Order: sequence, then structure tokens, then C-alpha cells
Amino acid sequence: MFVLAGVAVFVLLWEGYKIVGSQDGTVLFGVRVLPRADDLSMPHLWTVLQRLGRPELTGGRPVWIVVLQACAFTFGITAVGFLIGAFVGLLLAVAMQQFRLVERGLLPYVILSQTVPLVALAPLVAGWGGTIMPPWATVAVIAAYLAFFPVAVGMLRGLQSPATSGVELMRSYAAGWWRTLVKLRFPASLPYLFPALRLAGAAAVVGAVVGEISTGTRGGIGRLIIEYSREATSDPAKVYTAMLGAALLGLVVAGAVSLLEVPLMRHRRHVEVVTL
Amino acid sequence: MRRFRIFTSIAAASTLLLAACGTADQDKTAPAASGGALTPIKLQLQWFYQAQFAGYIAAVDQGFYKEQGLDVQLLEGGVDIVPQTVLAQGKADYAVAWVPKALASREQGAQITDVGQIFARSGTYQVAWKDSGITSPAQFKGKKIGNWGFGNEFELFAGMTKSGIDPGKDVTLVQQQFDMQALLKHEIDAAQAMSYNEYAQLLEAKNPATGKLYTPDDFSIIDWKQNGSAMLQDAVWANTAKLSDPNYQAQTVKFLLGTIKGWAYCRDNPEKCRDLVVAKGSKLGKSHQLWQMNEVNKLIWPAAGGIGVVDDAAWKQTVDISQTTKNQTGDTVLKKAPEGQAYTNDYINQAITQAKAAGIDVNGTSFQPETVTLEAGGA
Repeated sequence: MFVLAGVAVFVLLWEGYKIVGSQDGTVLFGVRVLPRADDLSMPHLWTVLQRLGRPELTGGRPVWIVVLQACAFTFGITAVGFLIGAFVGLLLAVAMQQFRLVERGLLPYVILSQTVPLVALAPLVAGWGGTIMPPWATVAVIAAYLAFFPVAVGMLRGLQSPATSGVELMRSYAAGWWRTLVKLRFPASLPYLFPALRLAGAAAVVGAVVGEISTGTRGGIGRLIIEYSREATSDPAKVYTAMLGAALLGLVVAGAVSLLEVPLMRHRRHVEVVTL
Repeated sequence: MRRFRIFTSIAAASTLLLAACGTADQDKTAPAASGGALTPIKLQLQWFYQAQFAGYIAAVDQGFYKEQGLDVQLLEGGVDIVPQTVLAQGKADYAVAWVPKALASREQGAQITDVGQIFARSGTYQVAWKDSGITSPAQFKGKKIGNWGFGNEFELFAGMTKSGIDPGKDVTLVQQQFDMQALLKHEIDAAQAMSYNEYAQLLEAKNPATGKLYTPDDFSIIDWKQNGSAMLQDAVWANTAKLSDPNYQAQTVKFLLGTIKGWAYCRDNPEKCRDLVVAKGSKLGKSHQLWQMNEVNKLIWPAAGGIGVVDDAAWKQTVDISQTTKNQTGDTVLKKAPEGQAYTNDYINQAITQAKAAGIDVNGTSFQPETVTLEAGGA
């Protein structure tokens, strides 16, 4: 319901702006503050939908099939990147929680890693393609590089969240590091893990799309966006079909991550009962 | 135990996902089969497959490289892939790159040499609306001039400087996107365009006033070839250090011979080469690719000195402009004249001799461009 309402609001805003907005956009003091509303810049949404149904090229497959296939390809890359990233993030969080020295030494670099521009990193990683891994895997590495960060930081916070009394209780039971981790710290960290995973999912999508654009990896939605955007001169609706695909991909990934929550939800209720 | 199940379910879901991806991607990553005693070669292109690289695609498809005992794998470019850097890092055996950009990389330490100047002429235009009256760079004064930047802008800047315009003061420079919408929307007065790509995109767009496609009569072209500020573009670059190895030398001659045959084939069979490019999965349409094939042929043929031979005068002009023309930030492409072996005709001349012996027309003196009709959207 709410999703449909959201779509309706978007459609109203888009088409509404096309009616009231100036064809040449609004320019204030030489700076364009509102975009142009003409068909070249903002094609009608029904034009975009029609474009989805028509063939990509004369005699070719319809655009929607091409876009969906590209989405499926990028979804694969995103999933691999997300899983690698989440796993690495988890390991880092556990290491940082366990050893203060590691936390102090590593955390600044974990944060620093996200300030390295992707455009500098991508060609470097792209060079691995074809030699030590297939080209699509290099894009997954880029996705993982973005995805590990929220998990590492969020999970560290979660692992540190149990109250001192809880830790002391575990100690009084003569529970070792592993037992404390599994019985106390992991369950306590779940409320932190879930939003972190959501962020990681979004980051993995961004990483996969940008990685594809950057390295020119064929088959995915990122590559499709760049190829269609070059045709924007004569076929402005086409690039929006690819963007729709990218949006769809983001939604599917967000949905998939939410599915992971289902078993966790049961647990969270359990925690609440205990704290009450 | 319940907690354990949670993590097991996550792990199971992950494994399923991984497995799904593994099977889905297999057909896309088929490794290049290297049969028998063929030498594997990697050629880094500047961009996605399009007719700009038709000669190499044809040479692979028609087996011209195989005849030479080479198994050539073409590597597509991307937004952040710099061919000459890939070559200098040893991740490719040869690369296709524009001369000024490759020379700039050379100055920063890339050990590369131009061994085959496939495009003898520049394909860069500056396109304006015909009704704007702009026909020469001198008329750019006070106008909004689109350019791509990133080292693609120096022919434009040299052309303006030659006409007495200060690119930093007399014009408003606008960073252009991949498409030509800015010109169509009159946001800029003149747009940078390649004869074989962006210019064709203009002619594939519908004129909202007439409901028909724009025609060449709607635009005026400033062609840098006629303004003395053209620079050399697509060339085959090889690794300088490896060129001292007799094996790599022999391989370079073989590679260039296959390349010559490929481009000669595309000159004589533009439609077939168009089909080869389309079959490679280009997203640009058929008529667009044929237009591109035809325009690219014009940049190569006729080749008076033989295809791929570096013309001293054109090289000198390219280097001169690279050293003297300043862009808006005051930078030149090169700080000093290229040192060492920036280009050599040794290998291309050997390849040309062999090609002639095999009955290949390496000059294309009788080459006549076609008239290509573009369809809406290039389809």
C-alpha cells in the first residue's frame, strides 16, 4: 500500500513539475536552481514505460527484458560483494572487539578506507580481471569494499553493547571468550547488525553499479546506464529505463536483506522479554 | 540452540545465493580458448566495442591474427580504464590510444611506443547551429563552448588560440556530457563531437519543430583538420622495453600485419564489419555503426604512405600543439619534447611490405566513402 502511494506521489511530482515547470528551467543569478521540464530532459513517464516495451534496437529484444537481465547480472555481483563484505566486516568487528590494540590500530584505517575515491581504486582492481579472477568478480570486490564498512563499524558497536554486568555474569560462569561471544555478544549485537546490513546492501548496490561503469564490465545495469546515456541525444527515454532497472535492483536487494531479518525478529522479541 | 539456527539459516541463504550467482555468470566469462601453438595476445581498446575498433574485431573474426599465429583477445575499455596505463603495467600486450594522451602518460613514465598510426586523420569537430552563423573558431568570441576536458579538449583550444581567441577569457567553457543534449537545448553554442559518433547522434535525433530527424543542413561543422589544429588520434602502442626483445619485435610485425588486413577488410566490406561489431553486442544501432564505420574509414583511407605509417609533419604538429597550447587551467599536454622512442615506423613498414606481397592494398587510393542514411536513434 505505502509503496504504491510512494510511487503515486513520485508520478504526481514528476508529471506535475512537467506541467508547471519552465521548459528552460529556472535560472537564478546564473545558476540553474530548477531543472528543465522539456521532453528531452524529463521525458513523460508513459514515454519511458512505452520505451520499455519497444525493442532495444530494430529487430532486437524489448528493452524490459534487456534491463531485467542486466539487473539479474548485477544482482549476482551485488550478492557476492555483500556476502564477502559482510563476512569481512564481521571478522574485523570481532577482532576489534576482542583486542583493544587492534581496535585502536585498525579502526582509523577502516574509516580511511572509505575515503579512498572509487575511481582510483576501480582501475587497479579491474586489472585483476581475467588473470586471477573473472572480470565480474573484480566488480564484486569493489562492492565488498564498500559493503564491509557499515558492518564492521555497526557490529563493533553491537559487540560492545552488553552491559558490564552481563559480561561479569558470563565470567562468573567461567565462560571463555568464544562462549561469551556466541551466548552474549552476538545476540546483543543483532539490533545493531540489522541496520548495518541494510546499509551494506545499499553500499553493495552502489559499488556494483559504479564498479561496472568504471571498469566497463559487460552485462550489468551499470554498463547499461552508461551505454543508454550516450544515446540520450536521440532517445532520452531509454536511459530512464536503465535507471528504473537500477532502482528496482536497489529495492530487491533491500527486500532480500529484510528477509534475513525474519529469523532475527523472533530473537529480538525474545530479548525484549528478557529486558522487561 | 535457537540462536545457532539463526546463523545457520543466514549461512544457508548465503550459500544458495552464491550458488545461484555462480551458475548464472558462467556463460559470460568464457575464457579465450588458446588453441595449439597460438601466442596469446591482449589488445586494450579505448572504449566499448564499436566500429571505431572494427579493424581489430574483423582481424580476430576473419582469422587474420590466427594466420600469424596470434590468439588476440580484445579488452573493452571503461570510464576509468586508461589503455596506455594498462599497457605500461603489462596487463596488455598492445593498446589503442590517442597520441596526445599517450604522450602525456609517457612523460609521466609510461614506457610505450607508437608502432602503428592507424588513424592518419583526426575526427574531432566542433558543431554549431547553422542559424547561429558560427563557421570558424574566430566567431567563438563571447559564446558558450562545450568541451569534454580530460585531455580531449586540446584541438579545440589550439584552434581557438590560432584564431586569436584566448580560451581562458574570450569564451565561456562548458563541460560537456556524453550526449549532445546541451547543443540541442541551446545551452551551449558549439559542442565538441567526433565525426563518427556524437555528430551522428545529432542526425539521429528528432527535430521537435518538424517531427523529422535533424539534417546536416541544420548544423555547421568546424573541422580541426581544416584549421591546422588537428592532432593524431587512434594508434597502436607497444611496450618500449619489450621492443628490444627480437621475439616481441617479430610478434609486433605479425600483429600489425593482421591489423592491416583487418582494416583493409573493413574498407572493402563496411557492411560486413558493421555486422561484426553489432554481433559483438554493441548497444548502438546498425545505421549508427555503419555511419561510424564509414567515417572511421575516411580517417584511415586513402593512406598515401601506407596504413599505420606515422607522418612526420602530422606528428610534429601533434607534439607542437601538445607543448604550446594551454587549456583553461594553464596546463599543456606535454612539458617537454617526447624523449626516447616515442614512435617508430620500423615494424609497420615491415608489416606493409609483407601485406603488399600478400596482395593487400595498403594505400586505398581508390577508396570512396559511402553515403550512410541514419535512422532515428541510430537503430
